[in-house]
Order: sequence, then structure tokens, then C-alpha cells
Amino acid sequence: MSEGRRSADVIVIGGGIHGCSTALHCALRGLSVILIEKDHAGRHASGVNAGGVRQLARHVAEIPLSNTSMALWHRIEDLVDDDCGFTSDGQVLVAEDEEDLGNCRARVDDLTLRGFHHEELIDAAELRRLVPAVSDTCPGGVVSRRDGAAIPLRATQAFKRKAQSLGADIREGVRVTRVARDGSDWRVETDHGAFLAPRIVNAAGAWADRIAADLAEPVPLEVIAPMLMITAAMPAFIKPVVILRKRKLSFKQFGNGTVLIGGGYLGRAIRDENRTVLDWGKLATNAKTVWDLFPIMRGAPILRAWAGIEARMPDDLPVFGKSTRHEGVYHQFGFSAHGFQLGPGAGAVMAEIIATGSSNVPIDGLGIARFAAPS
Amino acid sequence: MIAITSIGQVAEHYDIAVVGAGPAGLAAAARAAELGLSVLLADENPAPGGQIYRAITTTPVTKRAVLGEDYWKGGALVDRLRPTNAAYAPGCTIWSVAPDEAGGFELGLSLGGQARLIAAGQVILATGAQERPFPIPGWTLPGVMTAGAAQIALKASGLVPSGRTVIAGCGPLLYLLAGQLAAAGANIVAVLDTTPRRNWLAAIAAFPDFLRSPYLAKGLKLMAAARGKLPFKTGVTALAAEGSGKLTGVTVTRGGAAETIPCDALLLHQGVIPGINLANAAGCAQHFDAVQHCWTPTVDGWFASSIPGIAIAGDGAGIGGAESAALRGEVAALDAARRLGRLAEAERDAHAAPIRAELARSLRGRRFLDLLYRPAPQFLAPPADETIVCRCEEVTAGQIRDAASRLGVTGPNQMKAFLRCGMGPCQGRLCGPTVVELIAQERGVSAEETGYYRLRPPVKPVTLSELAALPPTDAAIKAVVR
Repeated sequence: MSEGRRSADVIVIGGGIHGCSTALHCALRGLSVILIEKDHAGRHASGVNAGGVRQLARHVAEIPLSNTSMALWHRIEDLVDDDCGFTSDGQVLVAEDEEDLGNCRARVDDLTLRGFHHEELIDAAELRRLVPAVSDTCPGGVVSRRDGAAIPLRATQAFKRKAQSLGADIREGVRVTRVARDGSDWRVETDHGAFLAPRIVNAAGAWADRIAADLAEPVPLEVIAPMLMITAAMPAFIKPVVILRKRKLSFKQFGNGTVLIGGGYLGRAIRDENRTVLDWGKLATNAKTVWDLFPIMRGAPILRAWAGIEARMPDDLPVFGKSTRHEGVYHQFGFSAHGFQLGPGAGAVMAEIIATGSSNVPIDGLGIARFAAPS
Repeated sequence: MIAITSIGQVAEHYDIAVVGAGPAGLAAAARAAELGLSVLLADENPAPGGQIYRAITTTPVTKRAVLGEDYWKGGALVDRLRPTNAAYAPGCTIWSVAPDEAGGFELGLSLGGQARLIAAGQVILATGAQERPFPIPGWTLPGVMTAGAAQIALKASGLVPSGRTVIAGCGPLLYLLAGQLAAAGANIVAVLDTTPRRNWLAAIAAFPDFLRSPYLAKGLKLMAAARGKLPFKTGVTALAAEGSGKLTGVTVTRGGAAETIPCDALLLHQGVIPGINLANAAGCAQHFDAVQHCWTPTVDGWFASSIPGIAIAGDGAGIGGAESAALRGEVAALDAARRLGRLAEAERDAHAAPIRAELARSLRGRRFLDLLYRPAPQFLAPPADETIVCRCEEVTAGQIRDAASRLGVTGPNQMKAFLRCGMGPCQGRLCGPTVVELIAQERGVSAEETGYYRLRPPVKPVTLSELAALPPTDAAIKAVVR
């Protein structure tokens, strides 16, 4: 692969939705971009996740990024020339009992005090209106009405194609072996030769700790394999995505009737082989939760189960922003199994920071400095 | 042989789990049990035999000549298993095989509407062959089925298609089945042979070997019998099933001219390919076999896959026929016993030597058949845009070509996300090979480079209830403490 450019304004490492989105937004700002991906765009976390587009129940530190992203999701076709399969029927957090509902109330009150109004407390009647099939023992919950879902790989590839159409050079099947300073540039060595740029973005997902280590900014990244299952088509019975707080569950029915069951139970990730092994014992627990909550699902045939390879940080928050050690290095990884929705907005904010030095969207609490060893 | 009739009778652990009770699985299970190993032979059919010897112990067909002498050889394989201690579980689906952390394997199985997870030290996949998908316009109409499906109905229930029946396609099984159905009383109005004439050029170099092969006499007899009695049409270059709501006929193109033959049943067959779904989902490496023109698990001389402890015996690791399948099953069992420390390497080799000699003899001439009956490109990748390729999700050839060219979809896995093809209950069994051909053709790259689906367990559907009621394993109980 000797054709194409060897240097650019920005090199993005990693072709997940974050890398592709940052590449696209950099290109929109007139920066030249090379994106380097060891497999193909969306091969891992970005292509095989549940596709939830969710503002609901996010950590306060990432709400501003999430809100920025949601605005982009609602005009996704204008941005990437593809609707990405995005539908917006809301997401509902179901409270399983009164104590659960009390926690929901406290959460919504707290958000209101902080000036966020996307989460709305609902009672049993509204819950039943939104999710008629839910077990009648559930007393209410929280809804985020602008939320929804998209098709992960399709969305990631749409970002890739649009970035490419704006001149970004997307190199798939190219593996980064080392990152090092080279005068005023960063030198990104790969199995297809070296690339140079004054600015690099580490968006390498479950492999990002290796890049960070090369840059002497080690991070305690854990490689995880969240599992998902999908059923055969069922009669239409639910529109919004349903999540739980006490037990792990993410549950949604697609337009074609198939039902996706997830929630973050972990299989085993073998990252050096791009492979995962499922844990059927935990999937059984996942199935049991659905069995309890949605009696209509009890006879549904499970057609497939799978797991993606993702990165999780110890505090379950992403690493996002400038390097604290190096000029021209930016980190965007560790989305801890909930980064898909953030992709469009995080790319826009990252490109803004790269191009202008800062962004109006607060990203406090997400910096890599929180993992720096005390000196 | 210990017959297992309910899931509770299945043990927590076996030395060897054999999946599939066709010739390879029966032979592997028998040999392993004879060596003193604890063996589970799980098979989703109600009776042993696999496809080739399907219903060998239960078939209502009593006239031996109808199914041919070769069919009845299957009885010996079952008889060999009977005196052993192997556990045989009919009607039992294995929906997952995955390495466990102890160096063995966890198997997900389902029997009588209940699921279980069990462990096995070694796994032998004897999942056999499936018919190569053969999409033509109208192949989803009632009245159109595969030739193999018709053979299942004949062997298992003594049924033949009613009304005017046409058989179309390519390969030795086409002649065998035409002969069997005719003998059983079917009204066969045409046998349409799509074998490309130029295949003879490619095959001719392999002809000397074929002359010394066990296939020759058998094949010539079959051909002569079928050709003599049945209305053959060769040189067929295009086929389309006609009718709305129900099959009424088949349009055949030969020498540039088309004619429509009225019929009530159309049986399609374009050879057989390895059934790779379970091996693929278990993570076994596979490659594209250019001669047999299909994806094939990669195995070594002992039929061991890329995953230590999983062997793939029989047609599931490359088409060789029933006789070779049984021999390969034995070889795989010997090596599994060696891996388990029950046989020394030298003993294994000594046991294997005569089997290998038989195996070489049984495979002689196979290459000639593979080259001669290689399907024509237009039957591997349907030229008409409206032809349905993925039956589960109703995705057409035109949609796949469009996604490959306009949207830049480079492989079958990405095609899943764009068109959902391969995402239905059959998990790509019926569209995978065709999707690969279409993408390869559209992008001007090889099938090997295009790749194949990464398949996911459960390889056969398991219900949410079965899964929710899965009894916890010892490992899971320990994991809670962790």
C-alpha cells in the first residue's frame, strides 16, 4: 500500500465510529486527515454493539457530549448522507419496584437542578402507555423521549464514506506498530510504512492503551466483551428501547420484529485474535430477566448471540481530550460499552479542539490526567 | 450404546463429544468407545444415519433396490455402535461449542425443549454436507425444493413428489436421486443437466485416477440406468421456476433457446458443500477450496481443526463421500484418544495405517468428479437482479450487487449490517456461498479474498425459555463467589 499520502494535518488511529467521526469533522474544517485502521471500519465495538442512541441515565460528566451528539443524530442524514437506520422512539428506564422508582425520582430531580431536562419521571400509567407489554408489577420509570437506536456498522461506515468523500484518506487493514516523536511531527509506524502528522488522535478503542503506553501515558484500560442476543421476528409489541437499573438489561424491538437483548453481561475477549467467547451462563441470566419482565417473549427463538471487543476504564467514563504530556496528541477512547451514541458529537468536539484549541462543550472529568501516576 | 431420551440423562462431562450421527460420527463414536473413552454422540435427527444413511434403522422403504445397495451399508455402522457404551442422544441439537477456561469445551445442547451446558475434553464435529444453495428466479415458490429434501422424504417416510416432477442441476447425486425417485414411482418428466460442457476439459487430466476409483463402476451404472430410462436434457444454461403462488413449470434455456416445461414439482441440486456453521461459530479457521469451490474448515492429517481439541471428520471438512467419511471419523477418534492420553502416538499411528490406506482408495477419483461437476458461474451467482438470495430476510441478488458496488461493502459480514442477509434463522446456510460469489464478482476479487460470514452461536435457534431455565453449571456457581 504505497499509494496515497504519507503525511497530513491529522492522523486518526482507529476506524470506529469515534475515529471516523473525528476524521469527518476534521475534514469538514478543512484539515487533511489520514485514518489508520487495522481491520475495517466498525469491525469491533462500533459495528457490533446494541446500537442504542441514548441520553438516558448517563453519567453527569458526559451529558454535554451526549447532548451535542443527540443534536447530530437527529439530522444524521444531512451529516453523512445515510439515515444510519436511526429511529427515535425514546428510551425508557423501567423501575422494578418502589425503591427503584425512588432512585429514579432523585436522579431526575438532580438533573433538573443541573439544568438538564431530557429525563422525565413517569408513573405506572405512562409506563404502560409507552411499554404495554411490560410486567404489571413495575411502578413507573424514566423516559428520554428523543432517544432511539441506529444500526451500528452501517452508521460507522456512513461516517467513513462521508469523511472519505471529503478527502480523508482512510487506510483499512493497516496496523499501527509504534508512535513516536519525529521533529515537530508525530511518526506513526505501521506494517505498511510510516505516516507523519503534527497532530494525532488515539481512537484505538480496546487497543488504545498500547498507543497511550507508547506515549508514556499509561492507562488502566480493561478489555471487555459485552454480549448481545437477537431473537426471531416477533409481532410488534414495543417501540422504545427499555433499560433497567437494578438488573442488567437493554431491550429493543426493531422494525422487522426481531428483538435485541443485551445489557452488558461480559463474555471473554481475546483481543490479539480479534475473538470473543460467550458466557452462556450469564446469557441465561440475561434471558431470565426478559422472561420476568416480558412474558410475551418466553417462546421467542434466540437466533444469534455475540460479543464485541471494547475498552472499559475503571470509572466507566471515556478518556477524551488533549494529552497532558504531549503537544499535538489527543485521546478519544475507553467508552466503556456506551460510546456509540457519543460518536457523532465527540468527533465534532474533538475536531473543534484540534482546530481551535478548545470547545464550548464541557468535557471536565474525562481527561487522561485522572489516570496519571502521582509524581 | 446407551440411548438418551431426556436431557437429564446427559452426563456433566464426556471425554469426547461427537456431533452428528452420519457415517463419520457413527464411526468416530464407535472407535472412541471401543478405546474405553466416555462418548456422547449427539444428533438432531430422530434416528442415526445422517443424510446418506438417513433413517437406516427406521425407513419404511423395504424394496432394497429402490435406494440402492450402497444405502444399506449404513446398517453396519449402527451395528458396530450398538455393543459399545457410547451415549447416543437422538433429537438433540448442539447449538454452541466453545473452548472453556479449563482447556476443554463447553457445549450448549437442547433436547425435548430443554437446554443444558455440558463439558467435553475433545470434540469431533461430524456435521456433514449440505446442498449447495442454488438460487434461480422463482425458487421460493411452493413446489420447488432441493433434491436432497426429496431424498429425505423418500428415505424417512417413503414419500415421492406427486405430479409431474423435474430434477435440475449438476453432480453425481442428481443422477442417483433421479434413479431412486423413478424406482420409487415418481413421474419424472425431465432431468435437466446444467454441467458446463467445458468442465470436461478441466476434468480430463484427472480422468486416469478416476478410472481406478471405486466411483467409476458405480457412477457408470447410475448414469446408464438414469440416462436409459429418464428424459435427459443436457447443456442447460439457465433455469427459472414459473408460477404465481405455486409452481406451474420451469423455463429452460439450452443452446440459446428457451422452452417451458409444465411441472408440479421442481427439485434443484448443484452438488454438496461442507456444512461449516458449527465449526465456523466455534472459531475454527477455514479456507476457500478452489477445486470443490466452497468454504472448508482447515484441518491437518488427523482432521484436527485450528482449535486444539476440535476435529472435523467427514464431509464437514471437505466432500469425500460416505465411505471416506466413516474412515475419517475413525482417524479423528484415534487422534482424540491420543490427545486424551489414552493412546500413545505409535499406537495411534499403527491403528491408523490401514484406515489411511482405505481412505486413499476411497478418495481416488474424487478430483475428477469435483472438476467435472463444478457449477457454472451463472448458477453460483444468479444473474437476474430479482432473484432472492437470502430467503430468511428476502434479500435479492440485485440488492447485494448494489451494496457491493455503490456502498462499497467489501465482505459478507458488512453485508449483514446493510441488508440483513445471513441474519435469519438459517444463519447464512442458504445464502452465504451465493453472497460471497456475488460480492467477489461485483468487486472483481476472489472468493478467498471476499471472505465468509463470521457465524454466531446459537448455531440452531434455542428459545428464550430454554435459555432462561438453563441449569447453572458448577463453573457458574463458583463464579458467583468470585
